[in-house]
Order: sequence, then structure tokens, then C-alpha cells
Amino acid sequence: MFCFAVGGMAVSFSGGPNVADCRLRLSFQHFVGKEILQLDSVVYKNDLGQTFTVSKFKYYISNFHFKNQNGRDFYLPASFLINEEMKESRELLLNSIPEGAYTSIDFIVGVDSTHNCSGAQSGALDPVNAMFWAWNTGYIFLKLEGRSLFSKSPGNFFEYHIGGYRSPANNIRKISLDLGSQKLFVGSQQQAALEIKVDLLEMLKTPTSIDFEKIPVVNVAANSGLIADNYCDMFKVAVK
Amino acid sequence: MKYKVIFTTFILFIAFIAGNSFIVDNPYFAISNRDVELKIPRGFPKPYYNFEKNKLNAEVFVLGRKLFYDNILSKDNTVNCGSCHQRIAAFAHIDHRLSHGIYAKIGTRNVPPLQNLIWKDTYMWDGGVNNLEVQPINPITSPIEMDETLANVLIKLRRDSVYVHLFNKAYKDSLINSERLLKALAQFTGLMISANSRYDQYKKGKDTFSHDEKRGLSLFMQKCSACHTEPLFTDNSYRNNGIQADTTLHDRGREGITGIAGDRNRFKVPGLRNIAMTYPHMHDGRFRNLREVLNHYSDFRSSDASVDPAIQRIGPLSENEKNALIAFLNTLTDKTFLYDRRFADPSGNY
Repeated sequence: MFCFAVGGMAVSFSGGPNVADCRLRLSFQHFVGKEILQLDSVVYKNDLGQTFTVSKFKYYISNFHFKNQNGRDFYLPASFLINEEMKESRELLLNSIPEGAYTSIDFIVGVDSTHNCSGAQSGALDPVNAMFWAWNTGYIFLKLEGRSLFSKSPGNFFEYHIGGYRSPANNIRKISLDLGSQKLFVGSQQQAALEIKVDLLEMLKTPTSIDFEKIPVVNVAANSGLIADNYCDMFKVAVK
Repeated sequence: MKYKVIFTTFILFIAFIAGNSFIVDNPYFAISNRDVELKIPRGFPKPYYNFEKNKLNAEVFVLGRKLFYDNILSKDNTVNCGSCHQRIAAFAHIDHRLSHGIYAKIGTRNVPPLQNLIWKDTYMWDGGVNNLEVQPINPITSPIEMDETLANVLIKLRRDSVYVHLFNKAYKDSLINSERLLKALAQFTGLMISANSRYDQYKKGKDTFSHDEKRGLSLFMQKCSACHTEPLFTDNSYRNNGIQADTTLHDRGREGITGIAGDRNRFKVPGLRNIAMTYPHMHDGRFRNLREVLNHYSDFRSSDASVDPAIQRIGPLSENEKNALIAFLNTLTDKTFLYDRRFADPSGNY
């Protein structure tokens, strides 16, 4: 567990020393096992030894809950779309987080049920982001697409579109990251930063090893649970 | 001097009208803020969609109306919402069992009318859509309806000077995004309210029913209203009404949404307002007229447990009873709604 600080630069933009709003730079780094994810070009192996490449990896993170030892928790009811293809999307600048020492972070992968039922929305939740099921309303929480010779789908593609916000296919998953003894210190003088390591190999195993041949496509909520359960342990606080 | 004042006032009045209206020449298509007030008909329940986050406004409504009737929503600019949702048929597709969309492709379900939409908890025959605002994404992006993407529709709208003008008028700035597009459409379709049929007049004591119509109403209460509940003539539930699935359509109904096997062949109970105008009937448009529908219910005998028990209870209907029921169903036609000028295609008179 770690947290590091980048000196000075953020504060200089804020226009005054008494900013109650401090900045936290939260970044998501995508890995396949120990290697940094490279789209299309690198061949990886899943749990079952099946080779594959990745062409798309994007997902929603919503409703951050930063827990503070003093009980002064910070709740951020917003959705962010993280997309491997767009570098800037992998870095979230959270301005409104108050000063304090935080011991853990909770968030959900996906979009909460309220925002799945709220009609037309903009920003991260704009349906033009192609993370939306129109025919069976709801956001696609996560998309992983790629190719594997083991997939017998046309073009050997595999495609996992995970979603579903209501019973019997409620696939909203809550992630809790313990920051351990080294808390996350957010202060007014410098920008705090936290890196979250996302290992997409974890999505393809435990509890269920995903066989590209048997499950080349998931694109409805009813079949999404298996992979949603798998990716619960995909997020880790980076240790330096 | 006096005339000068009157003349100046007149000129100012004209300038005011011109500045506040899109309508250049035809008052029939003029929309005022009074035209877009939401009036909940007496006896209607609280609507599911209440315009709280989409404040009703004449300019937004006018934008929605233009979008509704504009081929720009389709990929090759040949199809608009009004192509299949015709005003003369309470915005169903008259005399079309299934509808033809882009590239002459045929759909798999009968076009439902657009009326009293804000009292629906879900949309589509299978109830897959949970909010009025996101409903239009389906026809726009369906490969057999408009085959377009939202992103491309927005590119086209941003290039179109009329839309740039209309979005500015409606939202007081130049942003054109999907949220505004969809909310404008929701204002236009959400105000399509039918509540002034002869049946409604009769209920208020302002009209009388013939002997047959009265008998039809009483039969309807006994045999039909368990599912087709007043005042919307639907209880918004999903039911299997005993029609055998058309094997060429591969339509599992509600099961396609929930993934629950027990929902197979269940479809949303349609409201019956303007039912005489929205033929053919059923989710696949298999029945050409109301008599065929009544024949089905009258003749239905089956031990199939997946069929709704309410269907089993209807029992045989005599020809006289069918005539009476049809006479009653005809009283649900609402000419005020069918000829409501607010929903007419303005074709250029935005």
C-alpha cells in the first residue's frame, strides 16, 4: 500500500491558499497479469492457457466512498467512464475531496440503479459513449473485447458486455480497497495521488475460469453475473 | 397622433409575436406555452413520467415535433418517427401487421400507438425500456428501423442551420447533445394524451350511450377489465393471452428481457384507447379487426398453464355480445386527440 504526493503544481492553479477543496489524482493502470495492457499487439494467455489479444477494455466506476478514520467520510455520487483507448480517461482528478487521512475506498463497477432509470443523461452517462443497452434499458458496466483462436465466433472474436442493475440479474459489484496502515493523505498543500492496478486476467478467472471456446460472447444482463463475480478482485491498490 | 400610437403598438405587437414564435405563416402549427401545459385528466392516476427534469416549454416541444417528423434521424434520410407512428391512427401504423423500416426491412412486432405514454412504467411490447426519454434510441439505432447511431444523428443536427437555431431557441445556448435531443422528443410524445373519447364524455354525464354500447361496457367490465383496467384500459402487466407464438418471428416476449422462462410469450397488456383506429391487433398484428380478437377470446380453450387465467375465464361470447363489445370499444375513439393540431406534421412550419 502506498500513496505519494506530487509537489506544488496543482495548488498553483487553484487561485488561493485557503482552498477547502483539495485534489486527488486517482489513476487506473491496466495490466494483464504482470504486464501492462497493450491493445491488439500483444498475445496473452488466460488461466486455461488459451491465447488471446485485447481490442477494447472500458468500464464504469461510480459512487466513490472514501472512508476516513475520524468518521468524516467523503461520498462522491458520480460515474466515470474509464477507457483503455483514451489515456486521459484513466486519470480522475477529484477536486472536492476534503482534507484528511483516508483508510479505505469503496466504489461500484457499473452504474447504480437510480442512474439506470433516469432517462437521457449527458457526460459519462451519455448513451453516445456506446455503453448503453437500448432494447433492455441499462448501462453496460464493462466491455472487454478481443480475439482468441479458441473462440469460434465469426472472426474469432470474444466479446464480454457486462451489465444488469436489477434482480434477478443485479450485476452491480461493490469494490472495497483497504489502504492499510499507510493511509491516503489528502491535504491542501499538495496533490495526493493514488494508483489502482486493474488486472484484467482476474476477470477471466476465480471463481470461474472463462473458456473462450465455451463462452465467446456475453451481451445480456442475464448472463453477466459470472464475469461480474470474477472481476470483483480485479482492482488493487498499487504497491510501490 | 392617436393613430400613430395605435400603429406603433401594433408594430410592436407584431414584432413581439415574431420574436416569440417559430411560426411564420401558419397559425395552425403555432405552439404557445399554454399548448404545452400538462393537464392530468380527471380520474387518471399519477403519471410515471412527470417532466420534472424536463421542464415543458413551447420551444422544446417544437424542437421535439420537428425531430419526430424528420428523416434526419435515419441513416439514409428516408424514415422518420411519423413513418410508422401515424397521427390518424393514434400514432400506430394503420393497416400494417408489421412495419417496414429502412431498406424496406420488415420488423417483428406491430407498432403500438403513442398515447398516454407518461402513465406507462415501461415501454415496448416486452417492457424492455424503463424511461420515456431513452425509448427513441431503439428505433434510431435498430438496423431494421432507422439504422443510425446517436453520434451520427448529432453530427447531422450540428451541421443543420435550422436545428442550430431550434436548439438555441429551446435551450438558450448552442449545445446539441443526445440528452437534449431525447428530452425534446419526450416532451412531444409525452404530451400525447387521449382522454376525451365518447366513453369519457359518457362517464362525465355529457354524452349518452346506445343500448349496445351500454351492454358492451357492462360485458367489458365483467370479461375484460381485469387486464384492460380503466381509465387507461391496461394494468401495465405482462400476460400470455393464449395466442400461439408465430415460429417465424422468434419472439419470446417478456422472457427476452428478464431471462425468466415463465415470462415466455408474455407481452404487455395494451391500453385500448383508440383501439378502433390502431388495427391490426396483437403484438404481431395477427388479427385484422376487433371481431377476430373477440373470436380468439371467445373460442379459447386450453389446458396450457402458461396462459393467463383471466383469459380462461372469459368463456364463449355470442355474436350479439361481440357486437355490443365492439360498439363499446368504438366509443374509445378520441377525435380530440386524433385531430389535435399540436401533434400534426408541421412540414416546414417549425
